[in-house]
Parts: sequence; structure tokens; C-alpha cells
Amino acid sequence: MEFITEILEVGWKYRDLFIEGTLGTLELAFITVLLGTLLGTLVSILKMSKFKPVSLIASGYIGVIRGTPMLVQLYIFYLFVPEMSAAIKALDLPVYFYITLSLVINSSAYIAEIIRSGIQAVDSGQSEAAKSLGMSNTNVMVRIIMPQAIKNILPALGNEFIMMIKETSLASTFYINELMKTRIILQSTYFLTWQPLFVIAIIYYVLTSLLSKGVSLLERRLAVSD
Amino acid sequence: MTKPLIEVKNLTKNFESIEVLKGINEKIYPGEVVSILGPSGSGKSTLLRCLNLLEVPTSGQVIFEGVDITDKKINLAKHRQKIGMVFQHFNVFPHLTVLENITITPILEKKVSKKDAEEKAMNLLKMIGLEEKAHEYPRKLSGGQKQRLAIVRALAMEPDVMLFDEPTSALDPEMVKDVLDVIKKLADDGMTCVIVTHEMGFAKQVSDRIIFMDEGIIQEQGTPEEVFDHSQNPRTIEFLSKVLY
Repeated sequence: MEFITEILEVGWKYRDLFIEGTLGTLELAFITVLLGTLLGTLVSILKMSKFKPVSLIASGYIGVIRGTPMLVQLYIFYLFVPEMSAAIKALDLPVYFYITLSLVINSSAYIAEIIRSGIQAVDSGQSEAAKSLGMSNTNVMVRIIMPQAIKNILPALGNEFIMMIKETSLASTFYINELMKTRIILQSTYFLTWQPLFVIAIIYYVLTSLLSKGVSLLERRLAVSD
Repeated sequence: MTKPLIEVKNLTKNFESIEVLKGINEKIYPGEVVSILGPSGSGKSTLLRCLNLLEVPTSGQVIFEGVDITDKKINLAKHRQKIGMVFQHFNVFPHLTVLENITITPILEKKVSKKDAEEKAMNLLKMIGLEEKAHEYPRKLSGGQKQRLAIVRALAMEPDVMLFDEPTSALDPEMVKDVLDVIKKLADDGMTCVIVTHEMGFAKQVSDRIIFMDEGIIQEQGTPEEVFDHSQNPRTIEFLSKVLY
């Protein structure tokens, strides 16, 4: 069982690096889900549009992004998008920007579906009743449908955040500061190959299980009025 | 002669390729209580739902208080405020308290002050014996209580007509009477009511006029006595023989 003590020793010795990486991961996941929610809301509204071309474009966006690997998307945003045109090139934006943008776009497609299904899961009788009372379409959406849909959406967004904590590990490929990059540093500087991996796995596991607990707590709180 | 409150002209409704309504012409006059009877699939609920455009007719017109509400240029929400509707599955708003269920639309759409809306809502709740539940959420109510709440929620908008879409079909038997009592009180007070129901005894007792529908058309109509006791229409007779003991 010598390897366990070795893992713990490495974890303790380089704790500052691991903490920095953990904060980087949380920051990246948080920004991604926050901006992904804004963009995803817009996409879900477009997808639910009664105007067919708009709805088809939104469906295409969601389909392509969910149907291609995140790593491929990240490479495209790393290699192709910054060089796309002279104007974009002239902006000279950092890699962090393009990688975050790619993560946000990826997340927005999943979040758009979370929001759409959350809204459509609200019983159609609710909007019928509100309309029959003479409520305007905006009020039906804002006062009747959304408050009920939010109960379906919030826990699913929590799960998306948990997913993103793991998915952001791919960003280390592009030297973005997060947990997996900590491993690269430790390997190249101190020749520690396998020990950091276990430390990182433990950190990921602790983060995701704590957050899962949080999500199920939230779910129970939201279910109270049903 | 008084003008009809609702006039339906050549109304048809198709779902995909199925013709549910095959040309309905009908007038509802102010103060009338009309019950629509018929086997399931006859189109009676669809007809009722066309009266406030919850179902958009495939062709034909619905004239409400002189305005063609199938016209896309009108403000439909404004006209719907005058047409109350009660649903089979109550459709009370679970995220709002009993009181808020009643006050939300008058406050939002008719700009009634919160105080006035609440005062009126409390009076309505007293009428149905639910004033003690005003600040509870609907999950604490029984089916019968939910349906009575749904009725007064519609009344709070001061409608000129009430549509009832099988209001007792989803209720436990012992709750049916409470709900029917409220509807009967409305009818007795002169509210125009259009009721789709399977409660034959109630329809016979409360209605001024019975409409019998089958296969998307009005097969027969008349006073309760004419339809229940002296019908000549073989379809009506067959239907009644199946539903009456």
C-alpha cells in the first residue's frame, strides 16, 4: 500500500498548485455554465419559435454541437477561429478567450435542450387556463409557465455544471489553467507521472459528489410546492 | 329580439385528416344555460374549446358580442377575459396560493389594485367556503375544492359567459355535488353557461336547452323535456338508453 502514502504526500506537498488548479477548473465551469445559460436560453427560444426557418436553424445548431466531440470543437476554436479573418486576427485575443468561447457554445446547446424540455414539461393545461382567463402571451410565459419550468430546469443546470467540471479538463490540452494542467506542470517540472493523476481524480470526485448532493437537496426544496 | 352572445357560423375543425366538427351553426343567448351532450369523440369538447379559440377552427367564424374572434387582427386576450372557462383537470396554478390564483389575472390584465382584487377574491372564496384556505397552496386542496377554486378564478374576471368542459369528470363521486351546486347557483343567478357534461340528471335539471352532438354535427336540440323524454332522433335515443339507468 506504499503508493497510497506516495499519492497523499504529493498531494500535500504541492497543495498550492492543486488548489490553484481546482479554482481554475471551478472558474472555467462557472463561467461556461453562466454564459452558456444566457446563450442557451436564446437558442431554446429560437427553437420553440413558430417561424419554421428560425426553429430549424436552432435545431441544426444544437444537433451539430451535440453530435460532434468537444475536443474537435476545442481544436477548431484553437486553430481555425482565431485565424478566420484578418479582422479577427487583428484582435489578437488570448487562447483563454477562444477556449472559453468554445466551451460556452458547447454548453449552450445542452442547456438549450434543458430549458426547452423544462418548459415543455409544464402541463399544457396551465397555459390553456391562463389564456382562457385572458392573460397576454408574455404574462402566460413569465408568470405561469416559467415559475413552474424553473423547477425542472434548475436541477438539470446543476447537473450540467457538474458535467462541465469534468469536461473542462479537456482545456488543459491548450494550457488553460485548470486541474489537469496542474498535472502537466508536475510531470514536466518534477517528473511526477502517475501520483498527480490520483490526487486530481480524488479532487474531481469530491467536487462532483458534493455538488450532486447539493443538486438533490435543491430538487427536494423545489418539489415542496407540488 | 335579443342579440346572441355567441354565434357560431359554419364551424369546422380538422385534426390532421380527421374531421372533428363538420359545420356547426349555433347561437347562445344571454342568460341561457346550454348543455352539450354526446358520446366521447362526438366533438362536443372541441366545439366548446373553439368558443374561446383554445382550438383554432379550420374554417368558419365565432362571433362573440358582435366581434369575430377568429379574426387574427383582434386582441384575443381582451375578448377571452369575458369568456370564463372551467376545465376537466382544474388547471389551478400550483405555484400560486389560492388567493393569488384568483387575483393574478385581474391585477395583471385589468389593472385592478391588489387590495380590491384581494377583497373581491375573499368574497368569492366565502361563496365556495374556502376562505380559510386563502393563503394555502392548491396542493392542500381536494379535487372538488380545486375545481371550485377554478370556477371562482374565472368569475373574478367578471365574464359574460362561462364555459364548462366536463367539470366533474375527474372528481371523486362524493365531490361532484359540491361543484355542481356552485354551477347551479351561477346558472340561477343568470350567468350564461355552456356546459359539456356527462351528468345527465344535472343537465336536465339546470339547462334551458340541450344540444346533442354526434359525429361532429348537432344531431338534435331542444328543451330538456324534448330531448330527454320525447326525442325522435334514433341517435339521441340510442345514446340516452346507454347512459340513463
